[in-house]
Amino acid sequence: MYSFEPSEEQKMLVDAINRYAVNDLRKKARDAEEEGHLPNDLIEKGWELGLLQASIPEAYGGFGEHSALTGVLAGEELAYGDFAGALGVLAPALFALPILLCGTEQQKQTHLPPIAEGEWQPYSAAFIEPFLDFDPNEMRTKAEKQNSHYRITGEKIYVPYADGAKQFLVYANLEGKTQAFIVDPASNGVTIVERQKLLGINALPVYKIKFEDVLIPSENRLGGEEGHEFAPIIDSMRLAMAAMALGISRAAFEYSRDYAKDRDVFGVKVAQKQAIAFMLAEMATEIEAIRLLTWEAAWKFDQHKEDASKEAYLAHTGAADMAMMVTDRAVQILGGHGYIREHPVELYMRNGRGIAMLTGIGMI
Amino acid sequence: MIEFEMPKPIAQQSYVLQTVAENMMRPVSRYFDEHEHEIPWDYINFMHMAMRATGAGSLAPPERKEEDEAKKEEKKSRPPIAYQMLAFMLEMLSWGDVGMYLCTPGGGLGAAAVEAAGTPEQKRKFLARFAEEKPTFAAMAMTEPHCGSDTSAIRTTAVLDKTTNEWVLNGEKIFVTAGQKSLEESNGFVVVWATIDPSAGRAGIRSFVVEAGTPGVKVTKLEHKLGIRASDTASIVLQDARVPFENILGSPEIQTETTKGFKGAMATFDATRPLVAATGIGVARAALELLKEMASAQGFQVRYGLPRTKLTNFEREIIDMEVLLQSAWLLVIKSVWMADNRKPNPLEASMAKLRAGDVVTKITQRAVELMGPLGYSRDYLLEKWFRDAKITDIYEGTGQINRLVVARNILGYSGRELR
Repeated sequence: MYSFEPSEEQKMLVDAINRYAVNDLRKKARDAEEEGHLPNDLIEKGWELGLLQASIPEAYGGFGEHSALTGVLAGEELAYGDFAGALGVLAPALFALPILLCGTEQQKQTHLPPIAEGEWQPYSAAFIEPFLDFDPNEMRTKAEKQNSHYRITGEKIYVPYADGAKQFLVYANLEGKTQAFIVDPASNGVTIVERQKLLGINALPVYKIKFEDVLIPSENRLGGEEGHEFAPIIDSMRLAMAAMALGISRAAFEYSRDYAKDRDVFGVKVAQKQAIAFMLAEMATEIEAIRLLTWEAAWKFDQHKEDASKEAYLAHTGAADMAMMVTDRAVQILGGHGYIREHPVELYMRNGRGIAMLTGIGMI
Repeated sequence: MIEFEMPKPIAQQSYVLQTVAENMMRPVSRYFDEHEHEIPWDYINFMHMAMRATGAGSLAPPERKEEDEAKKEEKKSRPPIAYQMLAFMLEMLSWGDVGMYLCTPGGGLGAAAVEAAGTPEQKRKFLARFAEEKPTFAAMAMTEPHCGSDTSAIRTTAVLDKTTNEWVLNGEKIFVTAGQKSLEESNGFVVVWATIDPSAGRAGIRSFVVEAGTPGVKVTKLEHKLGIRASDTASIVLQDARVPFENILGSPEIQTETTKGFKGAMATFDATRPLVAATGIGVARAALELLKEMASAQGFQVRYGLPRTKLTNFEREIIDMEVLLQSAWLLVIKSVWMADNRKPNPLEASMAKLRAGDVVTKITQRAVELMGPLGYSRDYLLEKWFRDAKITDIYEGTGQINRLVVARNILGYSGRELR
């Protein structure tokens, strides 16, 4: 059957996140961006909504099952408040979800309960690399087998909360396959180079890290000796970006719509001009179309459909274009005021640009 | 629960219809494109026979009949999918050939209008004919020589002759899809839009069922078109054409305070726009599939999952088209799912229609370009679909009219506030 109606549980969750997104994340978003800092109590409050905890089964300290569909609903709603805040709240998922999806029983037993049962803690992942043709399937960071260890060498950027992280996953190229390794940040050869400043999401602390001959015990390879499939991880990362793009775009659309209904021009409201009204109509249509594509991709992920990976890729591709189209127009609709930092649309536009290249910085 | 599993009856229907499309439509697609105004009777007769055999007499969703309690209970537990079935049917037939699809007997937009705005008696009276022995057609006559999208400017008049209790219609209608087949080639009907009070503007607009054989109704012209040439586009003149009083769809009273009657008539579009969108999606899918097939034969493959910087231009184009096509199709499915579940869907219906219009024109235009000299050749159907596609963005509300509908909905504006 087809159905476009979220379950009662999903509706309740989305409502709860919506209140947090609007009353907390969004209210603090501007200051957080300018100060380059997400307050701890803000993140902790988001953590207490239990999004990640609800993805982890009871056996590992959580209270639910992972669902990408619930994840994209939640991801949209969080990013509707603030993209950086959404990534901050969900940072531990970068570590926990790959272990949940691909880890050995031992890895799940060891690593999931401390995350699911505790307060928000800085867990993270090192994924993105500083190359214009960065390709998750052909990473330049190398892992080589050496007796009972793997030796990791390379450079990563945009690693959230790397400074002070409890643990992170490091993705590296092992004989042509992308594999993740559980790494203690205190390991020899791990250097946190610097905190990075970006076009947007400046509230989220992200770091450049160097790995020089870092030796990782064999049992810390995700999935153990045999390793793991990469598809579920990259799919979940793409779905996260698509979902958050929806949240950013919806926020930008609504702000510019409300502004256009309020602003007088030539004796009418600016929204009464077809030039503006049609832009808004196209923005709303674009968002709805990409939302359905993202939902379908997430549903296919949950159902283990054969073309789930392809559709997650398509959803992310479409979402990146949507985010740029919608946020750019939101700025345009506000005209000169759109360019001023008193309004949030310029921030939405800077954040929206990130959707295309930030795969690996969030998971749902 | 959000779900995207194609229901079994739809999957079975799609399987059968794909066979029809491949065997009865594609092989003669080019022929009927090049022989405008010839009627594809083989396809029509086959479809009529098949639809009668399966009990599907009309393209309009079947009226809910009185059923025994057990059956009712069983039906309640199964979600309704009639509009979804219809959307999938139209998508697949249009994938075969959208011009020929428009020749499918069973009532099309005319029946849809009766279904959407008619009383139970009217539905019984007018829709029964589609299950009869001969293929029967119906059409919608709205556009006039001086007005298209602005339907409130309609000049065709309907005056009640109280002595005979008949409506007397006078005026000229153009761009009536299947008008000839409805009036001259079968015992069908045309739903004619007219004003019962020219001074009342929109409040005076009503639609009337005008049956084949009504004296004073004449098909005066068949258009020569860019595409969908298998489908007749007729001009109809009504000269003192008399129809029974009960052929009016909606209230005969003028509600000067409101435009309720007009809005009721416009509600037809909530049902038909997603269906027209589905036909566009079918053409777009046909073009994209053929493009990929032809390109593959010449050594062009598409790799998914790569960063854009590593993709070829050809791959980027195909991937973008797949995003557009699937996201537009999902809008269509959502809007018919809403119709099936009796959720008001004017916003979603217009979104689906405008998106499908955009997507099918873009995909067919890009497909012709990407195939280079082959795309431009009449050896292949790509150039035909390029021509067929454009009508999707025009009829049943142009892309611009649908943008207006969407804009009014999202802004909460009336027609007066956003003209």
